[in-house]
Amino acid sequence: MTYTFNETQMAELNRLVAHYPEGKQKSALLPALHLAQESFDGWLPTELMDYVASLLHIEPIEVYEVASFYSMFNLKPVGKFIFEVCQTGPCMISGSDDIIAYIQQQLTIKPGETTKDGVFTLKLVECLGACGYAPMMQVGKVFREHLTKEKVDSIIAEYRATVTK
Amino acid sequence: MGVKLLIDKANVPGIRTYEVYRREGGYRSVEKALKEMNPESIVEEVKKSGLRGRGGAGFPTGMKWSFIAKPEGVPRHLVCNADESEPGTFKDRYLMEFLPHLLLEGLIVSSFALGANDTYIYIRGEYAWITDILEEAINEAKANGWLGKNILGTGFECNIYVHRGAGAYICGEETALIESLEGKRGNPRIKPPFPAIKGVWQRPTVVNNVETLAAIVPIINMGGEEYAKIGIGRSTGTKLISACGNINKPGVYEIDMTISVEEFIYSDEYCGGIKGGKQLKACIPGGSSVPILPANLLLKTATGETRYMNYESLSDGGFATGSMLGSGGFIVLDEDQCIVKNTLTLARFYRHESCGQCSPCREGTGWMEKILHKIEHGHGTLADIDLLWDIQRKIEGNTICPLGDAAAWPVAAAIRHFRDEFEWHINNPDLSQTSNFGLQHYADPIHVPA
Repeated sequence: MTYTFNETQMAELNRLVAHYPEGKQKSALLPALHLAQESFDGWLPTELMDYVASLLHIEPIEVYEVASFYSMFNLKPVGKFIFEVCQTGPCMISGSDDIIAYIQQQLTIKPGETTKDGVFTLKLVECLGACGYAPMMQVGKVFREHLTKEKVDSIIAEYRATVTK
Repeated sequence: MGVKLLIDKANVPGIRTYEVYRREGGYRSVEKALKEMNPESIVEEVKKSGLRGRGGAGFPTGMKWSFIAKPEGVPRHLVCNADESEPGTFKDRYLMEFLPHLLLEGLIVSSFALGANDTYIYIRGEYAWITDILEEAINEAKANGWLGKNILGTGFECNIYVHRGAGAYICGEETALIESLEGKRGNPRIKPPFPAIKGVWQRPTVVNNVETLAAIVPIINMGGEEYAKIGIGRSTGTKLISACGNINKPGVYEIDMTISVEEFIYSDEYCGGIKGGKQLKACIPGGSSVPILPANLLLKTATGETRYMNYESLSDGGFATGSMLGSGGFIVLDEDQCIVKNTLTLARFYRHESCGQCSPCREGTGWMEKILHKIEHGHGTLADIDLLWDIQRKIEGNTICPLGDAAAWPVAAAIRHFRDEFEWHINNPDLSQTSNFGLQHYADPIHVPA
């Protein structure tokens, strides 16, 4: 499959590249990968990384080595919504183990897996900077905090509703 | 009620917008700095203020600024470190989310002081919605003449750009951050050369924490000497503390570093005491990498002095009986918490976040996690405790960047102060996951106020 940014996406890429000095367009790699991941299927297939490399005039390997380093870049297909649940110290002492177990039970998937309908992926992550509002998870751009089992139920229902519409 | 210099206006309705922020006295420090001061006098004020880096290391900011090289014709850069990733720390997030213009104001003044025209905010990728808030604030500031060319008719040009990271704790280390800003993996650089000489794109660069840069605003407004009168000793000014864990009121608090740890935990103005009326067991007072302290050593030093919430008092006794103020990430553990399990989650964190450059850290963090996992799950032996101690000792000080130390310290402190709890896990494999060692540790039960 080949990838091409539409006009809006291309304008955003150009805006990002313009943040850095002339000839230092590689600096826009992380923002560009975010843009690529968000613009297509939520993950970075090799062809998409190659496309980003061509846009920034760098070698594909320079993109692969970066994409594989940062935890926010997905190198495998993911569901429409990723539940990124924090499991580090402060969340753990505030009950994240129970929340993680409950999500697994409700979605019948294990960490790293995607539901059969392709709607949800469960990912365990390390500290996201919401320790005072624990337990928490990130879904897309937003943090869902002070999680309880009831709250998890309503969050699942909320996202599921956006798909069935 | 202590002095508040940074977040006192965070609850003013609409303070996130330029209009309200300006009406509340915002951007005055830019007027003062650009019109009445020059770069040298600003650096002098910052030196006089005694401000120490708020990211965790506590290095004097004015001194750091004075190191920047000024080769002819080479642009210099200021980079704001908003990669807040130290577990327990969420203060910069609060500041940027509610007072984005305060950060921009501090950045403009600091850029002027350093002679930097293009300034970057490196924000952790997960704070995606804050990136939008900052970009909106930048557009407002630009539209009102505080950014761009010829600010206030002084000829000074300043542009601020937001650069989103993508999930890597290590990018909070300044040279890893610089690598990441250049579009590379976050592998820390060998120093020297220091960033002040060769930083981003090999240009002189200063990297400062969000809170540090925000503190420049009150320092310019009130003057360095006045600022230095707040606080005590070398802990001048105010500090944001993000409190979390088993307390009644988790959140971000601004303190003037003269209050005691006991007051901070039990006063209703701050943490409001331990949740559910339970007892305090332990606390990690400055972000997950600083040594954990049992309640008795947290509230009082080894010599019986009251422990205060500042750089000097929290580190009193060194690592043997003290800890650090660090980033101000204050993690409180109640009597039901398991020290072994807590240490295991932190060891896993550091293993996950090690960049892999230095073998002591790359291998050692993995070994520590595996051994802690063994102990926590009832398969440990007494020799494992000594092995853990040996590994952490061989990581500390043997790596390019401080991540190795950050990974070693929590393990060392847990063993140092809670060795009997590790032994209990090993001697009671059937109980290690279902019950809790509790407060048996203390021969002399700690008195905690009701």
